[in-house]
Amino acid sequence: MNWTAIRAIYIFEMARFFRTLLQSFVSPVISTSLYFVVFGAAIGSRIDEVDGVSYGAFIVPGLILLTVMTQSISNASFAIYFPKFIGTIFEVLSAPLSFVEVVIGYAGAAATKSFIIGLIILVTSFFFVDIAIQHHVAMLLFLVLTCISFSLMGFIIGIWAKNFEQLQLVPLLIVTPLVFLGGSFYSISMLPPVWQTISMFNPVVYLISGFRWAFFGLSDVPVGASLAAIALFTCACLAIIGWIFKTGWRIRQ
Amino acid sequence: MSAILQIKDLRKSYAGGFEALKGVTLDIEEGEIIALLGPNGAGKTTLISTVCGITTPTSGSVTVGGYDIIDDFRDARSLIGLVPQEIALEPFERVINTVRFSRGLFGKSRKDDVVEGILKKLSLWDKKDNQLKELSGGMKRRVLIAKALAHEPRVLFLDEPTAGVDVELRKDMWDIVADMKRDGVTIILTTHYIEEAEAIADRVGVINNGELLLVEDKARLMQQLGKKQLDVQISTPIDAVPDSLAGYALDLRDPTTLTYSYDVRAERTGITQLLGDIAEAGLQLKDVVTRQSSLEDIFVGLVQEEEEAKA
Repeated sequence: MNWTAIRAIYIFEMARFFRTLLQSFVSPVISTSLYFVVFGAAIGSRIDEVDGVSYGAFIVPGLILLTVMTQSISNASFAIYFPKFIGTIFEVLSAPLSFVEVVIGYAGAAATKSFIIGLIILVTSFFFVDIAIQHHVAMLLFLVLTCISFSLMGFIIGIWAKNFEQLQLVPLLIVTPLVFLGGSFYSISMLPPVWQTISMFNPVVYLISGFRWAFFGLSDVPVGASLAAIALFTCACLAIIGWIFKTGWRIRQ
Repeated sequence: MSAILQIKDLRKSYAGGFEALKGVTLDIEEGEIIALLGPNGAGKTTLISTVCGITTPTSGSVTVGGYDIIDDFRDARSLIGLVPQEIALEPFERVINTVRFSRGLFGKSRKDDVVEGILKKLSLWDKKDNQLKELSGGMKRRVLIAKALAHEPRVLFLDEPTAGVDVELRKDMWDIVADMKRDGVTIILTTHYIEEAEAIADRVGVINNGELLLVEDKARLMQQLGKKQLDVQISTPIDAVPDSLAGYALDLRDPTTLTYSYDVRAERTGITQLLGDIAEAGLQLKDVVTRQSSLEDIFVGLVQEEEEAKA
């Protein structure tokens, strides 16, 4: 394993993140605060509690995952698409690197960025609501797995995209609706039975449910199912990336 | 000298059926500079991209320093540096960081003295903290070379290094290439500029339609294929070549200049006889000038011959 090269890609990508501190840190904090104001204070004042948890606190795990998922995809897809767009990808392709090393470097950096942002949102939420996390290790595990799996997905999107419009297409038209309909701001049990059944086909439901369980001990689906879902999703992404590098699809002629 | 790069029957076909490389075979000796000449779409960049791992070959084999580019890709690629044709750089990155990144990407540990040496040699040291977008086109090309040299490669590919740069910078680039040769780096460059190949290459390869038409020592190539021309200037203008000189296939370039082409390799060039016959024809000699064919003439001739053979 060429760890020096992985480190080089990782540091290079993280440097980009720190070059744009305002966009990287301040932007998610402001949007999260707005969510708290709108959903927590305005709407939350009309909803007392969900399964014994104040509505303001209830939406925290969903809010964190909403941002983490979109940031992971956005960071990872941009990280690999931009070198393709400006032509610097030749350097990565001609370097003595295997696809595993390239993915660890790019997706690892994207996952780290999202993880940092997730923690920032969690800290921000402490200023708005009282939260007592029940399963700290599980919470971190779910957060890390979500960051990694969605960064892998972002990497695939970055390879697939032929232009900036396509880069935004999947996050905008698929991921965001899935996250919003995945129980970020409500419990699945609050939905009519038909919609509860339909929601079970939304993979994001499993992630949010598991993450919320780590916070409050409450879940819409069994924790094991949540872990299995995220593991399955990660494996699927890895398999696709493996195929991409083996065939050179859209990166190597 | 031993071959550091061995290309055997290399072929590259694309999905649409287009064959960009049609069985290229080429050995490149360690420490030499070889220039690959060819028109647009000849296959020069495809050849470089395939050796460097950017394009996957359809068939054939390539070894660099004895390492196969597919089976031992890590060892093979670590010996290669590539300066691409297009200026491809992250605009907001700083010069020194982008060079360090390239070194790290090839698995080399950070060595600031090596990076400093490269940047100084390329006159980039005082720009090391500049963002790449602040640099001129010429400076960006130097950065690309610095990035390619960052991991101390033994073989350097320069894909049209002076395309679109001014004459002064082109001369600077030639000096840089000469420096690298002195450091023992093997250099393969593609170019449109015949004068570039003529000025810096040890050997010249001509590639067209995916085929390597010729690879030859530059001086020998000029000697073997180069025809010399003798311009004979006469005092009195004439309308046509006199009948008595018809056997020499003279070309009347202008009313006072007769051009005679001859082969330098021939035992007898026929010059002495020609000059005597010109005088006998009643023409008064004013001056004589000889000219040797340039590499460009040879290149154009080869490509035209190939096109005619295919037509």
